[in-house]
Amino acid sequence: MGFIWFWIVAVMLAAYVVLDGFDLGVGILHPLLARSESDRQIMLRSIGPVWDGNEVWLLAGGGTLYFAFPALYAAAFSGFYLALMIVLWLLIMRGASVELRMHIDDPLWRSFFDGLFFLSSSLLAVFFGAALANVIRGVPLRADGYFFLPLWTNWRVGPQPGILDWYTVIGGVVALVALAIHGGLYLAVKTEGDLQDRARTFVRRSWAVLFAITIVSLVATIAVRSDALANYSAFPLAYAIPIVVIGSLGGMLYFCRGKTDRRAFASSCIYLSTMLVGAAISLYPRLLPSSSDASLDITVQNALSGPYAMRVGLIWWAFGMILALVYFVVIYRMFRGKVTLEGDGYGH
Amino acid sequence: MMWSSDKSFLMDALLLHRLHFAFTVIYHYLFPQLTMGLALLIVVLKTVALVRHNERYNEAARFWAKIFAINFLIGVVTGIPMEFQFGTNWAQFSRFTGGVIGQPLAMEGVFSFFLESAFLGLFLFGEKRLSPWAHWASAFLVFVGSWISGFFIIVTNAWMQHPVAYKVLPNGSFEVTSFWGLLMNPWALLQYAHNMSGAVITGAFVMSAVGAFYILEKRFDEHARIFVRVGVIAGVISCATQIFPTGDLHGRYMAKHQPAAVAAMEGLFSSQAGAPIVLMGQPDETTQSIDNPIAVNDMLSFLIYGTTRAEVKGLDQFPRDQWPSPLPLLFYSYHIMAGLGTYFVLLMLVAVFLLWRGKLFDTRWVLWPLFLSFPLPYIANTAGWMTAEIGRQPWLVYGLIRTSDGYSKNVSAGNTLFTLLGFMGMYTLLSILFILLVYRTVSEGPSASAKQRSAS
Ligand code: HDD
Ligand code: HEM
Ligand code: HEM
Repeated sequence: MGFIWFWIVAVMLAAYVVLDGFDLGVGILHPLLARSESDRQIMLRSIGPVWDGNEVWLLAGGGTLYFAFPALYAAAFSGFYLALMIVLWLLIMRGASVELRMHIDDPLWRSFFDGLFFLSSSLLAVFFGAALANVIRGVPLRADGYFFLPLWTNWRVGPQPGILDWYTVIGGVVALVALAIHGGLYLAVKTEGDLQDRARTFVRRSWAVLFAITIVSLVATIAVRSDALANYSAFPLAYAIPIVVIGSLGGMLYFCRGKTDRRAFASSCIYLSTMLVGAAISLYPRLLPSSSDASLDITVQNALSGPYAMRVGLIWWAFGMILALVYFVVIYRMFRGKVTLEGDGYGH
Repeated sequence: MMWSSDKSFLMDALLLHRLHFAFTVIYHYLFPQLTMGLALLIVVLKTVALVRHNERYNEAARFWAKIFAINFLIGVVTGIPMEFQFGTNWAQFSRFTGGVIGQPLAMEGVFSFFLESAFLGLFLFGEKRLSPWAHWASAFLVFVGSWISGFFIIVTNAWMQHPVAYKVLPNGSFEVTSFWGLLMNPWALLQYAHNMSGAVITGAFVMSAVGAFYILEKRFDEHARIFVRVGVIAGVISCATQIFPTGDLHGRYMAKHQPAAVAAMEGLFSSQAGAPIVLMGQPDETTQSIDNPIAVNDMLSFLIYGTTRAEVKGLDQFPRDQWPSPLPLLFYSYHIMAGLGTYFVLLMLVAVFLLWRGKLFDTRWVLWPLFLSFPLPYIANTAGWMTAEIGRQPWLVYGLIRTSDGYSKNVSAGNTLFTLLGFMGMYTLLSILFILLVYRTVSEGPSASAKQRSAS
């Protein structure tokens, strides 16, 4: 049961990263790629009808995490208190900037929300990357199952780390670059003309950075957590994951060069999800490891809800997911195709 | 006692966590109540448009959809912090009860937020591409999504008010024992009926206020009459159901299961047969009496038990550490809710009578209060929630977990005050943006939204 729920939560969070990831990426690229008011509108419209639904994966994933692993939810959310609150504020700003910008046709009003959109999207990407790195690195859990991390201490990976240290900052940068490229590939799919060319050019130019930083982060992970590969040694099949990561990275560049944007975007989706799956494999069965003493780890076994709840949960969860997938198919089909400024605006 | 005496003002972690939650949830709920109320009324407008082929009703629906969208956005961005705060500020509570209330919270995400967000996109941006029936259906699904969302959150709250269908696991935490038992908690059904009726009141008052405003201003006459007509009819129905049966039943059920809360709400310090109902007054906890009371004798006994001679338990029946606190705030909240509820019924009865006689649109002394009353349902709904939540004190889960045992002990008072101030700043900004945009939409009026659509 614990195994199943671990993967349910992991898959929901991965779905969040892949889907809301391109919304964030569009935000990160907004000042970089948009040259005119119509570019800016097209970029926003490309995510207009879908960003809210994408964000729901975070809520549904968070709710499911709460339900399945209450002890983890309690410890992690209170322990990362400040970082989470900042994430909430950023989510508020991001939502407001996407939706409110269009309401008033005034250059200052619009510039303000453009700036906010860029800033909140970029910082969210960094925080999400750093959050994952925190989970991998481990936190100073106490015997009562709680901890509290300040935003930063001395930037070292020691027994009393901060939420930000050199390792988690690397995680943040990986997320920033990866989501920017993810957003660029999404834009290549959804737009035409100059804007599309600029998006492709951005991806080609920044690809090497992503490649380098991905390798750096993998090496750093092994340096920070000597046991990161334990599960890989136990199930050698898992070594397929790093191979897929490298392969999908290659795919992004190859397909982007060949202007087969959909495939390039698909490669980016695969890249993001396999990076996450790889992290999840190296964690399992830990949910939140201790940075000092393995006996204090929060694990699938010691955090799982009672058996009845977990059994019934499986039934309604499966049912709900089928419905959710149907909605997503309907919505993405309705708004498929290139974004233009004519007509009622969304999709083609 | 709101904060322990060894702590200076505003440096008690428990108090700050309570204020943090109270502030953010009260602010959040200002928006969903209109979402849920308006979602229903938009379905009504779309239905009339479809059945009677009346394009005015479609224009009216489009106008309200604009306001709905702005309101929905603020509801969404302020709702996300709510979901997270169970973990950030109430960690100990989450750890013990996640196996029960995690279920409705997760179900809310899975069953309603996906539905709502998907079909809202279709409803707002898809009118050109969908057939009239499909567009009606997307409005209907938005309505269903928002009402399901309200249901799951009420189930969560109801379990805290009246825990059912649970058992205690060896490690001290709770597990749900019956899926349907939890969802069909009788408290939840009563609370849901009362709360949703309250949301419709908000929608009805807001809609009729905008209509009355236009009529008084002599603008957009045709649309304005639609707004007033739909608003007043929905208003009279929902105001009536708010008191009877839903408020009445809810109160009686509470008297049975949370007698201390009812005693405090009514300001009844000592038990008595033929208990009076206090309409107004100021409770004094030290002398245990009501100053300047205006009371109706025997009425409370009658309302709860149906006979004027029944004995009602007063606060003297309960140990002091089980009194809800802050008690005066509970007393006022309850009286504000019930007082406003009475005013709402009277106003709507007069309005619907004049509507029926065909005189409402020329009766300025009724149009003025219809126009000016729109903030009051917000106050009544907030006061109602404060009644429910303060009445539950000192319990976080009634009879099982005390509030003082539920908060995040690892998050210091200093950190909590920091984020509370941050939310206050952020929400002030959101309020300004919200008011600005709604004001612009209302002053542009429904014809503007009709023109805009047909031009594009
Ligand atoms: C427009 C709003 C509105 C109005 C006019 C009323 N209420 Fe109410 N009331 C609410 C809106 C509300 C609410 C916000 O919806 C609450 C909070 C929790 C809930 O489920 O409903 C509530 C709670 C609430 C509670 C506490 C429930 C608990 O502790 O869980 C009682 C006993 C009543 N109501 C009773 C009444 C009575 C007797 C009214 C008659 C005049 C009345 N309400 C008018
Ligand atoms: C929108 C409606 C709601 C309003 C206006 C509201 C209001 C409040 C208020 C005023 C408090 C502080 C009480 C005190 O400190 O004495 C509070 C506390 C709390 N409420 Fe609510 N509440 C609402 C809905 C909910 C729901 C739906 C839940 C659960 C799902 C919930 C859970 C809590 C919790 C956990 C606390 C903190 C503990 C406490 O102080 O009791 N609330 N709420
Ligand atoms: C502690 C209490 C609460 C939590 C955790 C909470 C959580 C949330 C979240 C996460 C959202 C955003 C959903 C999205 O992205 O689409 C939201 C919106 C919403 N909430 Fe709440 N909420 C609380 C209180 C309430 C109450 C008391 C009600 C009504 C009875 C309510 C009804 C809604 C509705 C209808 C929406 C849709 C958006 C909107 O209406 O503006 N919520 N809530």
